[in-house]
Amino acid sequence: MVEERHIFSVLVENRFGVLARIAGLFSGRGYNIDSLNVAETDDPGVSHMTIVTHGDAQIVEQIYKHLNKLIDVIKVTDLTAENHVERELVLIKMNATPNRRGEILQIMEIFRARAVDVSPATLTIEVTGDEGKLKAVVDMLRPYGIQELVRTGKIAIMRGAAK
Amino acid sequence: MVPRQDLRKKPFSSPSWNEKGFFDSSHSLCFRNAGEYSSDSVLNCRGKVVFSELNVVSILEEGEETMEQMRGAQLLIESLRREGVEYIFGLNGGAAMPIFDALYDAQGIKLIPMRHEQGAVHAADGYARATGIVGVVLATSGPGATNLVTGIATAYMDSIPMVAITGQVFTHLMGNDAFQECDIIGVTRPVCKHSFLIKSSDEVAEIVAEAFHIASTGRPGPVVVDFAKDAQISESIFRYPESVNIRGYKPSVDGHPRQIAKAVDLIHNAERPIIYAGGGVVLSDASEELRELAIKTGIPITVTLMGLGAFPETHPLSMEMPGMHGSCCANYAFTDADLLIAVGARFDDRVTGDLSKFAQKAKKIQIDIDPSCIGKNVPIDVPIVGDAKRVLAKMNQHVHHVDIEPWIRQTDEWKEKYPFEYQQRGDKIMPQFVIEQIYDVFPDAVVVGDVGQHQMWAAQYFKFTQPRQWLNSGGLGTMGFSLPAAIGAQLGCPDKTIVNINGDGSYIMTIQELVPAVTLKLPLKIFIINNMYLGMVRQWQELFHEKRYAAVDYHDNPDFALLAQAFGATGLRVDRIEDVRPALEKSKHIDDGPVVIDFIVDEDENVFPMVPAGAGLGDVIRGLA
Ligand SMILES: Cc1ncc(C[n+]2csc(CCOP(=O)(O)OP(=O)(O)O)c2C)c(N)n1
Ligand SMILES: [Mg+2]
Repeated sequence: MVEERHIFSVLVENRFGVLARIAGLFSGRGYNIDSLNVAETDDPGVSHMTIVTHGDAQIVEQIYKHLNKLIDVIKVTDLTAENHVERELVLIKMNATPNRRGEILQIMEIFRARAVDVSPATLTIEVTGDEGKLKAVVDMLRPYGIQELVRTGKIAIMRGAAK
Repeated sequence: MVPRQDLRKKPFSSPSWNEKGFFDSSHSLCFRNAGEYSSDSVLNCRGKVVFSELNVVSILEEGEETMEQMRGAQLLIESLRREGVEYIFGLNGGAAMPIFDALYDAQGIKLIPMRHEQGAVHAADGYARATGIVGVVLATSGPGATNLVTGIATAYMDSIPMVAITGQVFTHLMGNDAFQECDIIGVTRPVCKHSFLIKSSDEVAEIVAEAFHIASTGRPGPVVVDFAKDAQISESIFRYPESVNIRGYKPSVDGHPRQIAKAVDLIHNAERPIIYAGGGVVLSDASEELRELAIKTGIPITVTLMGLGAFPETHPLSMEMPGMHGSCCANYAFTDADLLIAVGARFDDRVTGDLSKFAQKAKKIQIDIDPSCIGKNVPIDVPIVGDAKRVLAKMNQHVHHVDIEPWIRQTDEWKEKYPFEYQQRGDKIMPQFVIEQIYDVFPDAVVVGDVGQHQMWAAQYFKFTQPRQWLNSGGLGTMGFSLPAAIGAQLGCPDKTIVNINGDGSYIMTIQELVPAVTLKLPLKIFIINNMYLGMVRQWQELFHEKRYAAVDYHDNPDFALLAQAFGATGLRVDRIEDVRPALEKSKHIDDGPVVIDFIVDEDENVFPMVPAGAGLGDVIRGLA
């Protein structure tokens, strides 16, 4: 069967042990986690997770059902088929001696990236976007020498009014 | 503040330990007499004790209304009382001592001390399987808690409602590798339905209410409640929640009407339909509805190891058990059927064999309360998420008799041609013969089976007619399950005869639980099918490992009859065919304690029919010529 990538938006109780239950579900059953992002929502009792995973249709259906089965999981939405917005933030520490900085700054401008730290030999960049944009910016910057790269993992939200 | 003593109303008749310190079973029966309780406690329909609101209010009134503070351990006991708990199986230790202390003179709740935590957890499980009521087990932290793991996993695999309470070290010590500290929540996470950590006495009532709710509703299962020692000792006010509302937990119980209509339509148009029912039918108390469906439509039915008794095996529509050691009829019927109606069955690999050959010609309807069970192994045409009892009741309103005469003739022919059968070897006691005789002498007994060849022979040769008549670790296949489970079953069903069909290998894994069985004077019939081998493994070695019999020879076991006597039980050894029946008859009349009969059976016998692991059901080996 063909493997597909899916983004699950999961509302969970903001409670001790929930992350372990979710992680355990994936590891125990041999499902893949491509990225997982978790943080409190507007309601301090509820956390939101964005889980990016892949598998064939049958596995993805099982993941959906098993997430729902967890007592601490309040709601699961598979955003893949929905009209949604996804974003990820990347921090990139570049080798940036003063003579290369100008070129790097030009690329940053095109992608609307920001400098968040600078030292004599490095420049740290923050950039936000969807997968395509981030790939493009990283590809452009790589030749200048990336020292370190840190990504948040995807967060995603459905467009329009809540269903 | 009023001393804790005064909180208690006039006690029930004294706890059932008589002068000699022995458990007086007549008293245990008295638990079921409403008169023995304070006037406002009541019995519910299943004989489970339910304390009326009145009772609890009056307890609190005596203690200056709800301002009364209680220790966390006492709050736990009050909460368990609210849940109608009558027995707690346990083994004491440091981090659980305040709870055991509170149970020491607790009214209405009986503490059953077991000899090993694994015994305690299987006993709670057996109690739950026999009664349908949540079983409760209590152990200390660390090794006490880890000793529960096998039993929790056993209950989880078979969806048995259970609450496992473990003591935990003081919260200020947690995470420090304190003495007997173990992250039991972490250890049990993949083998329980849910778990809680009580860190403050304020949380006790709410957590217990949620734990029982989760354990007993939806697809039932074990819930672990880890209880820090400081929370057991600190005091809070007792307020038990009137209802439980967990926003992330709302099992859907009513099947979708459109799906049910589709299913009915398929049923009416099938030519070779079969019903495939599993343990879910027992769990949902849906046997009546299942019988109605089969009998009203006239569709032949096979019931899995976990569901045995949900449909009477003596009925002409019964094709008996399917799967690896199931009947040829059931397995051929799967292979040829054009419609499969699965109810509370999860398409286990021991049932389906090679999936690519399983029921390839059949459209499939699956009724299950757990959506993740539907379509997990086999694609389903009509999934119905719901409680088996409700869904079947709905379906029964719409189905009518189907005309499948040729198909019935076919299944009848298979049954006729390929019944379960064995050959007598010399003057050996054949294990199947022992089971047949047990059935003959105890047809209505609740049978608690262990794991191995004897389990399969019991499933094949005992004809189960009632749900909860066959208690068995089907999913995890836990050797050692049956003796402690039989203890729990006997306490839950004091009026029933409990027969334990055990193997020589399985029996010795939890043999220490004969001690509480003797102490409690439980009239268990413990029948060991003693082939002096880990027989099921020996069978596989014979068939698939060139008879290389590694680590399966049990001839060095002790004499189980003498050993039983040393335990204070009646112990008999039977090694001649003609003694089988008289020994069973004799055991029938021993009711002041357990009787152990060691049946020395043919060592070489194998279980047939057999679908080798990985083969299709159609490739069943009927027997070695
Ligand atoms: C705890 C545990 N360990 C190992 C096994 C593997 N196993 C399955 S059946 C069996 C043999 C059981 O022997 P016995 O109780 O004598 O029953 P028999 O097959 O001889 O009837 C074994 C070792 C198991 N199911 N459970
Ligand atoms: Mg054996």
